[in-house]
Amino acid sequence: MSASVPTTRLQATADAFLTRFAGIKASLPGDKSLRERAAATVRSKGLPGPREEAWRYTQLRPLTDVTFETPLHADVDAQALLGRLPEIAAPHLVFVDGRFRADLSTASSMVRTGAPSFGSGARPDFDPMVALNTMLAEDGVAISVPHDVDGGTIVLASLATGQNGRAIAFHPRHSVNLADGAKLTLIEIGLGDGVYFHNPVVTVSVAHGASLTHLRLQTESEQAFVLSTVYADVASDGTYDSFQLATGGRLARAEIHATLSGPNAIAHLNAAQLLAGSQHADFTTIVSHDAPNCASRQTVKTVLTGKSRGVFQGKIEVARAAQKTDGYQMNQALLLSPDAEMDSKPQLEIYADDVKCSHGATVGELDAEQLFYLRSRGVPEAEARAMLVRAFLDEALEAITHEAGRAAMETAIAHWWDRQA
Amino acid sequence: MLEIKGLEASIGDKQILRGIDLVVPSGEVHAVMGPNGAGKSTLGYVLSGRAGYEATAGLATFNGADLLDIEPEERAALGLFLAFQYPVELPGVGNANFLRTALNALRRARGEAEMDAPGFLKLARAEMKRLSMPDDMLKRNVNVGFSGGEKKRNEVLQMAILRPKLAILDETDSGLDIDALRIVADGVNALRGPDFSALVITHYQRLLEYIVPDRVHVLVSGRIIRSGGPELALELEANGYAGMVADAA
Repeated sequence: MSASVPTTRLQATADAFLTRFAGIKASLPGDKSLRERAAATVRSKGLPGPREEAWRYTQLRPLTDVTFETPLHADVDAQALLGRLPEIAAPHLVFVDGRFRADLSTASSMVRTGAPSFGSGARPDFDPMVALNTMLAEDGVAISVPHDVDGGTIVLASLATGQNGRAIAFHPRHSVNLADGAKLTLIEIGLGDGVYFHNPVVTVSVAHGASLTHLRLQTESEQAFVLSTVYADVASDGTYDSFQLATGGRLARAEIHATLSGPNAIAHLNAAQLLAGSQHADFTTIVSHDAPNCASRQTVKTVLTGKSRGVFQGKIEVARAAQKTDGYQMNQALLLSPDAEMDSKPQLEIYADDVKCSHGATVGELDAEQLFYLRSRGVPEAEARAMLVRAFLDEALEAITHEAGRAAMETAIAHWWDRQA
Repeated sequence: MLEIKGLEASIGDKQILRGIDLVVPSGEVHAVMGPNGAGKSTLGYVLSGRAGYEATAGLATFNGADLLDIEPEERAALGLFLAFQYPVELPGVGNANFLRTALNALRRARGEAEMDAPGFLKLARAEMKRLSMPDDMLKRNVNVGFSGGEKKRNEVLQMAILRPKLAILDETDSGLDIDALRIVADGVNALRGPDFSALVITHYQRLLEYIVPDRVHVLVSGRIIRSGGPELALELEANGYAGMVADAA
């Protein structure tokens, strides 16, 4: 049966990760039983295959072509990669090849380092990538902002050196906890060279009246596998405001689960994906409205060139108790090449009767009339196309109010466009 | 000087322009009038290089340079400007950014220094004041949410800032009330001079009361069937196109 072939290959890759777990588990920090439970999930479910609905459009088959080795412990030179980080005047927490580097980071009383921080939001028995991360996580940070404190901005950077051609896998595990009335902007940046597998999980807890702005700049190596998961819980009057820009990765998926668990909570899950060549990127969101009077907003824009493939899956679940829910989801793709492809799957599951939920999806090309209008005013074609692509992204970008974060996004977009020219 | 000789153009397999001969010397404003479907807008598009509107025969030169073989942006760099009948909305593109990008693209193409943001704002504000446009129109997205009159005024603002040598106004009067029409006409008239010429494409004579042309050409079924002075527009207004078509036949 031909359909069983990829499953077997995925199983072999899962087995390799299980073998690695068996080899290092004695030295892994933290709760042993949690690790064993995660390993049991990996053992029974393996890596998600094409028959799993949530992974229908993003297949992990290419991951099975690579044998991943254990990260080197040596302090590798990351100076060149550091130089590629955008300039943001804020404390930096720097990971190199999945390991925290105190020598490159800024100490902060809000940050605990030295071990993975599992949090409580993510479910390793349920989510295969979380299970893999939970089994193998070796490092991470815990960020905690106390009651009514404005924690300012923190940069969490992951640099991958490529280890001179050794393909490595790393599974950092972070937690972010904002106490009542606390505030923070977390800017997560991923970049690197060569082949590697980056599988981070971040659990976020936003307490009553707290507000987290979570900006994510995924500019990883174009040969990298980047499968990230965020679980965010937002209590009453809290805000989780996230934006992700993805330009990197050979195979990338960002999955965000946001649960609005108290009244008047707000979640923004905005994103832009810029894809070229044979890149594949997937932005998957699951927003759970569990309490009344909550609002969620998602504006997701994808620009595709070459033979790239984009995926957006957006699920909004409205529980019976979540009356007066205001849910909005807009997903638009711009195809700049006839060989590019976009798959879009909005899903609404509504069990309350007094709600306002809207969603829309469009896929189109650059507007010929707009292009002619700009050119007729003297703007050369390449510049006119760049202007229209930037304009297409505007609706998603305009929600970013953090100045330095926004500037970093703008620069990454401009660099991406320059590479296409 | 714009020189058009034997210009023919088709859209799909339908021939729209059937041999147009027209000369607009520098410093002159000419009107092209004609009924719906005569080919007026097609003439504007062929001259400005819109995709799908290629000439199938004939010549068009501007100050000696062949217009038909070059890109729209190169035509703009030569000094050509098409004021659109339906100005295009550009969501996500701010009007100030649009105008400055266009101005600096033209300056670069002509080997001139680019204009910095403060210099540009000063220029734009002065021109907007003359066109009775509120300052916030610079901050808004290009033509998005503009009324019909605001869109046309925005076309004239672009003209005032980009300073073309040859403006083609495609039914700029459509959808304008009398006050807006006067403002738009004043904007065009302010550009008149020995180095500026214009081709005013219109269905009605009304606009020509405010932009008085040196010559009027009547375009019917893809050909210019009569040319004359400004009085020709009045004759058309009195007798309609039908009478003239019958005379020409």
